[in-house]
Amino acid sequence: MRRIGIDVGGTNTDAVLIDGNRVMATIKTATTADVLGGVRAALSKLLAATASEPGRIAAVVIGTTHFTNAVIERRALQPVGALRIGLPASASLPPFVDWPEDLAALVRGQVHMVAGGHEYDGRSIVALDVGAIRDAARRMADAGLTAVGVTSVFSPLTSECEREAERILAEEIPQANITLSHELGRIGLLERENVTLLNACLQGLAHETVAAFTEALRGSGLTAPLFLTQNDGTIMRAETASRFPVWCFASGPTNSMRGAAFLSGLDDGVVVDVGGTTSDIGYLKGGFPREANAAVEIGGVRTLFRMPDLLSIGLGGGTEIGADGVQIGPRSVGFRLLEKSLVFGGDTLTATDIACAAGRADLGQRKLVADLPQALVARCLARVSDMIVEGVDRMKTEAGDVPLLAVGGGSFLIPDRVEGCNQVIRVEHHAVANAVGAAIAQASGEVDQIFSNVTRDQAIAAAQSEAEDRAVAAGATRGSLTLVEIEDIPLSYLPGDARRVRVRMIGDIGSD
Amino acid sequence: MGEPMRPIERGDLEPLATGAWILGTGGGGSPYLSYLNMRKLYADGSQVNLMDPADLADDALVAVVSNMGAPLVGQERLSDPAFAAKPVRMMEDYLGRRFTAVMSVEIGGGNAFQPLLVAAMTGLPVVDADAMGRAFPEAQMTSFAIADLPMFPLTLADIRDNEVVVTRAASWKWMERISRKVCTEVGSIAATCKAPRSGAEVKAHGILYTTTQAIALGREVRRARQAHEDPVAATLTAAKGKLLFRGKIADVQRRATEGFLRGTARIEGIDDDRSARFEVAFQNEYAVGWRDGRVVVTTPDLICVLDSVSGEAIGTESLRYGQRVSVIALPAPAILRTPKGIAHVGPRAFGHDTDYMTVFDDVVPMGQR
Repeated sequence: MRRIGIDVGGTNTDAVLIDGNRVMATIKTATTADVLGGVRAALSKLLAATASEPGRIAAVVIGTTHFTNAVIERRALQPVGALRIGLPASASLPPFVDWPEDLAALVRGQVHMVAGGHEYDGRSIVALDVGAIRDAARRMADAGLTAVGVTSVFSPLTSECEREAERILAEEIPQANITLSHELGRIGLLERENVTLLNACLQGLAHETVAAFTEALRGSGLTAPLFLTQNDGTIMRAETASRFPVWCFASGPTNSMRGAAFLSGLDDGVVVDVGGTTSDIGYLKGGFPREANAAVEIGGVRTLFRMPDLLSIGLGGGTEIGADGVQIGPRSVGFRLLEKSLVFGGDTLTATDIACAAGRADLGQRKLVADLPQALVARCLARVSDMIVEGVDRMKTEAGDVPLLAVGGGSFLIPDRVEGCNQVIRVEHHAVANAVGAAIAQASGEVDQIFSNVTRDQAIAAAQSEAEDRAVAAGATRGSLTLVEIEDIPLSYLPGDARRVRVRMIGDIGSD
Repeated sequence: MGEPMRPIERGDLEPLATGAWILGTGGGGSPYLSYLNMRKLYADGSQVNLMDPADLADDALVAVVSNMGAPLVGQERLSDPAFAAKPVRMMEDYLGRRFTAVMSVEIGGGNAFQPLLVAAMTGLPVVDADAMGRAFPEAQMTSFAIADLPMFPLTLADIRDNEVVVTRAASWKWMERISRKVCTEVGSIAATCKAPRSGAEVKAHGILYTTTQAIALGREVRRARQAHEDPVAATLTAAKGKLLFRGKIADVQRRATEGFLRGTARIEGIDDDRSARFEVAFQNEYAVGWRDGRVVVTTPDLICVLDSVSGEAIGTESLRYGQRVSVIALPAPAILRTPKGIAHVGPRAFGHDTDYMTVFDDVVPMGQR
């Protein structure tokens, strides 16, 4: 099955065509201001390079930083009407409470808080105030607000209040784009609401961008379905992405690690991505990156997203080396490597120079580093090796040795033997690992819910069945579904054997 | 004696949140939401004063407050200062007397902020003290209970118009059972005002100066983080603690029994602890630690699990496979380490058939100057 993966970054648009397990072609082009141009250029080059029939392509998967960047750069965001259902609870901390002021000023159209919401066991807190919701809806309509975010207390447990609010809002605001928090999130009202409001403010940009992607496909003669990648390394349909652009946030590092896994044919191991200034070390388990602990902030807003756990160490191709060969970094010449480092005629000793002197890399003019004392080169390489061993050991979760996947422009710094690793695999096509990660992504469905008054087995079975349905709705074939994550946490101080169950299923794209 | 009051500055709030979360020893609920409330109250012009317990008159009347319930419910219902102040007013009405000051039942976790929320609403000063010096799951696990002080009356309010006064209880355990039942019925979260204390009782049986210590601890961790120093090392220095283990979480098992989250986490060592194994058992808070199968530390020593990189405390509900953590111990308040204290809060009180094991011998514990 042939698939195209595209990574639309801030600077470059990379594309790959994959047939089964084989990379057929890779393309790098500049990202264009209109998005459409860059994607169309990448597609036509890719099809030309492989002489592929557009009709033989089964799926196109795009990973993009477009929506994350819009939030970070505070551009193309629309004002949002925020509706919170939960009074008399939560009154003192209104929507947008912990947002950076500049972002809140752009997005905060109106804020409404009304009575309603649920308890952890499904009882109502108080009766839903439908009159107040209608009143809020009318005031939003009067102000011309069309993007609305609705968040109700314990809505991941029961979405009743949010559904009722949606019905009323749609009646009062003809053009409304309504985001309901239970479709996006987990337990944790403020974080779920933050994501809901971010999603609402991106509605215009999302519709426009996804339409441009679709247009680029059609213009290239492709009839394959379009998918976008999510931060967990799986995909969603284009129409879903258009409604839920926040799911595209920060899919880059995940795609990169998954791409490396695919290219090396390994599912478990340490990925060391050596760039110009730092090395990012991550851990793959079952083909997916291990996730980080901390609450993730997007543009200064606290969210519930999970990101790959990455350890950054100050070692890259541009890292400056002290005259003794022992002091390594943390300073780096960065993107000025081509003018500053010795092999390129500069005056600064860098890690790249050491690698060239040792014959590990062949860049610039090697004769410019021929005079470096061998002892210095050896000392420096030994120290570099120590840094990598230390970093790898911190990230490993297995007692035994694991494979190391070496990627990134500076990966020549990684020695062939690393303590704690049983092999060092230098991954081919690593410069386009992001696009490869997109091309191979699968569809997923996740459930995170509190169950009470049922047995543990019943709770898990119910969650799993719902996650399966969600994965199929996202584009997976039912026959290919596998369980990738299951976690159940009994809840303290709650009666009725209450437990929070989180289940994630994934499967291959296609139809049964 | 210095100034009887000093203001808690706006810049103290964030360090208090960080410090209190570490002192929560895995439980007590994250202080984040209550911190947000305080930040907002300060932005609107509120200011709260911290009172040296030594300046309390013997016959002063002190409100002991706590937010009771499941931390997870708090994450949805959020916290609210008006709601926190309600049981304090109820208690004043019930007693027919006015409070002189307010204090927290536990400095660990979100309850570090409960008296500040009440203070901002009532104008009462906050006493620089608590009754645990950390977090514990139950009412009888306080210094006041260890000292056999009376456990009633207790007032409890929920966000609706429900108000409950427990006028009498047969024992601390009965008070825990009755108030827990009510709390569950109103949604597993309730604001409470525990049995009022006299100034003399607080001075004799409170854990003193813990608010100041939590702020200082949080400030040091945040300073280290900003200076790119090791925040775990900073915690150890600031709180006179000991590093027990560095590693990665290899397995977490949890079960809920009698309304508590119980379980164990297994940690595989790195760095100096490579090829060693550490296990830590918890009941809402971390209770017992084993190194290679041998007990090395138990409650009431404060056992904390910190993110090795950020120094941020990790709650027992948030432990996950693969996390890189440092296990540390901080010294417990002296009263908890007495034979009577051990009976209330030692390992056997949490169902572990083992004696109290401490990693400290003669350090000055928290709560004493």
